[in-house]
Amino acid sequence: MVSTSSPRRLIEVDRLGRTFKVRRRVGRFRRTTDLVHAVHDLSFTIDRGEMVGYIGPNGAGKSTTVKMLTGILVPTSGRVGVAGIDPSRDRVALTRRIGVVFGQRTTLWWDLPLRDSFDLLRRIYRVPPERHRANLAEFTELLDLGDLLDTPVRQLSLGQRMRGDIAAALLHDPEILYLDEPTIGLDVVSKGRLREFLRRINAERDVTLLLTTHDLQDIEELCSRVMVIDHGSLVYDGTLAGLHAQGASTRTLVVDLVDEAPPISVPGATVTRVEGPRQWLSFPADASAAPVVSAVAASYRVADLSISEPAIEDVIRRLYTGL
Amino acid sequence: MSLYVAVALRSFRRYSTYTAATLAGIFTNSVFAVIISFTYLAVWRQNPHAGGYDARDSLTYCWVAQAMIMTVGILNVPTTDEVATRIRTGDVAVDLYRPTSFLGWWLASDLGRAAYHLLSRGVLSMIVGGLLFDLRYPASWWVWPVVVVSVSLGVVVSFALRMLVASSAFWLLDQTGVQQLSIVLSAFLSGLYVPLVLFPSWGRHVVLALPWASYVQVPVDIWLGHRSGAGIVSGLALQAGWAVALLLVCAAVLRLATRRVVVHGG
Amino acid sequence: MAEGLLRRARWDVRAFLMLAGMWTRVSWSYRTSFAVLTFASLVTTFLDFAAILVMFANVPALGGFGLAEIAFLYGTTSVSAGLADLVVGNVERLGQRIRLGSFDAMMVRPVGVLAQVCADQFAMRRLGRVIQGAAVLGWALAVVDVDWSVVRLVVLASMLVCGALIFTAFFVLGASFQFVSIDGSEVANAFTYGGHTLVQYPLTIYPRHLVTVLTFVLPVAFVNWYPALFVLGRPDPFGLPGWLRFASPLVALLLCALAGLAWRTGVRHYRSTGS
Repeated sequence: MVSTSSPRRLIEVDRLGRTFKVRRRVGRFRRTTDLVHAVHDLSFTIDRGEMVGYIGPNGAGKSTTVKMLTGILVPTSGRVGVAGIDPSRDRVALTRRIGVVFGQRTTLWWDLPLRDSFDLLRRIYRVPPERHRANLAEFTELLDLGDLLDTPVRQLSLGQRMRGDIAAALLHDPEILYLDEPTIGLDVVSKGRLREFLRRINAERDVTLLLTTHDLQDIEELCSRVMVIDHGSLVYDGTLAGLHAQGASTRTLVVDLVDEAPPISVPGATVTRVEGPRQWLSFPADASAAPVVSAVAASYRVADLSISEPAIEDVIRRLYTGL
Repeated sequence: MSLYVAVALRSFRRYSTYTAATLAGIFTNSVFAVIISFTYLAVWRQNPHAGGYDARDSLTYCWVAQAMIMTVGILNVPTTDEVATRIRTGDVAVDLYRPTSFLGWWLASDLGRAAYHLLSRGVLSMIVGGLLFDLRYPASWWVWPVVVVSVSLGVVVSFALRMLVASSAFWLLDQTGVQQLSIVLSAFLSGLYVPLVLFPSWGRHVVLALPWASYVQVPVDIWLGHRSGAGIVSGLALQAGWAVALLLVCAAVLRLATRRVVVHGG
Repeated sequence: MAEGLLRRARWDVRAFLMLAGMWTRVSWSYRTSFAVLTFASLVTTFLDFAAILVMFANVPALGGFGLAEIAFLYGTTSVSAGLADLVVGNVERLGQRIRLGSFDAMMVRPVGVLAQVCADQFAMRRLGRVIQGAAVLGWALAVVDVDWSVVRLVVLASMLVCGALIFTAFFVLGASFQFVSIDGSEVANAFTYGGHTLVQYPLTIYPRHLVTVLTFVLPVAFVNWYPALFVLGRPDPFGLPGWLRFASPLVALLLCALAGLAWRTGVRHYRSTGS
């Protein structure tokens, strides 16, 4: 499943639990306390250099987990070790080795130009001037920040601000980067560029990435490993391919017939949609497409065919609802 | 007309949901009123008829003034702050294009809010004051409704001034400076710090004729009986006069602003 | 362990100065606005003294103290409160920061959160309060009838410093409460600014039990009243022991320790409940 070479183990989470007491109003005057198990019996390890996707429905416990990994929140049970440090005890020591990018809000200073924010961070993290200069030059080029350096952060667009946030999080050469919804609200081109950048820093600087996201395209393009959390428990931890298999995903064969015809009947596949001469057939993702294609071609007059891969959304949805 | 009543009611209901803030506000009001009460007692002990008041009058003045802070709106007030924000973000364009009167809408809103603050922070603060100190109350039953009328007029005058300040956002990039200045003038000239009657003679006449005298001094003088008969009429007339004049100025300013919004697109 | 704490404290102070300096530079770049706002702050805070002046147009003394002496009391507490407000004042917006999520962003940086919260949006214009306080104090020192000595000067200087520390402690204590109840800021303000307003006047105008409270429960009387009794050479009107006049440094130290404890408890509470 996951590489178990000990010296490379960076993040260790053992039976992690986090419970919240939520007070609720019952009727007009009485209050009752509910126990919410945001995270329950969570265990996983992440090695240096991995790019891990962390997905789950809203309220599943993703941000709670990340908060515990970064030391913002203290666990109610279990243990966390990040680079050998216990975040709940040595939060400040840990901060130098991690970078965090919050998707919805910025860590930069709103009224200051990007350049000044970076300079402040250099001093806060005590980055040697040479290192800072080199990093800044590289990030400016790769993230296309050149024209933006003198713009106050509040005047930047969402995509520009996100690029600034990521550069800011990496300036002090952290070993781990936590990204919370980094591509939210970005256009397609920006998303692509950002993913390219993340791949690059992972490859060149050995930065370990933990990516929380709802954009499953991010997962597909970046992460070789996916952890799925639902209702506070880890329901899947493995490769993306395995996720498809587990989710009993289906692939789709799109058939363009020469003439309109009633729904195609062929073993191993079911018609899901018909629009004029075009029909969509779905079949199990782990099965080969060949027998279905030949069966269709044998019995019908086919003008064209194409196959589409399983939508990860369906996979996840099935996981959330099925398991 | 019923539309504006509805707006006022909705505003009342909206502000009534902030119970925690209201309670905290009553606490703050009471703390400062207690401090000021002792300072006034010290003044009147030295000079028992300062400004034509006696010690009981001054204590009552102090508590009424504190009660009026949120009611009349001497410092910053959420309704007109909201107007300023809407102007800054451009959302005001929506309000200006509505078929209803912009001024009427916000006035109704402010009156609704004022009613809530009067009944909650105002009344409750006065009760606290009455329990802690020996205050003076209106001599006859009919004075109470007249006081309410006077307070309402004070709210209108205050609204008009605040609306003018908020409207400066149409022209100024950063109107916080103007707002600060307005609050400073309003706080001091309304008699929040010291009763206007204590002002030295060369300033007293001026200060008593200014719009800010409508906020606290006029209603309190009616309450205490220092304004009676013709005095009440002249007091209400002063308030009403300023209210009308300032509202007319507001309307003119808004007309200019609307034209600007139309031309420049906000 | 203590030297680790000291090292952390030194680092936090340096980080605070750096961040505050950055904010000051930013607001200085908008020079006119900065000047206007500083002036506005000066005028607003001066109104308290303007009220006192109006009162003195009607009376020769308050609580047995003349205008110059009251100006002395007013000036010292204004300078102290102004300095505290300048350095630590931003802490009262803690509740807002938590709500907006910027507190979490501060938690992942290698600087103490208190230093960051205080430095964030540092407003040099708050110096306005200090300036007008110093001006009134300056006038008072020129006019007041005091038998000056080295000891008295030392007490005066210590008064200003300890007063600032006491107000700082109040600010931090009040803010720590916001970890538990976000709406608590207005209540806390009533205590800090209320305390400051209280001691602008001689405590003789307040009933005895209130003065006892201000000495032993909410020790704001140590900001200026007790040391002032020494500087002005006046006997304690309430007959309280004379050593109280020199107790300000001790009170300041105790309060700051208490405030530090309260803050740490607050942060721990935040990390255990994740509000």
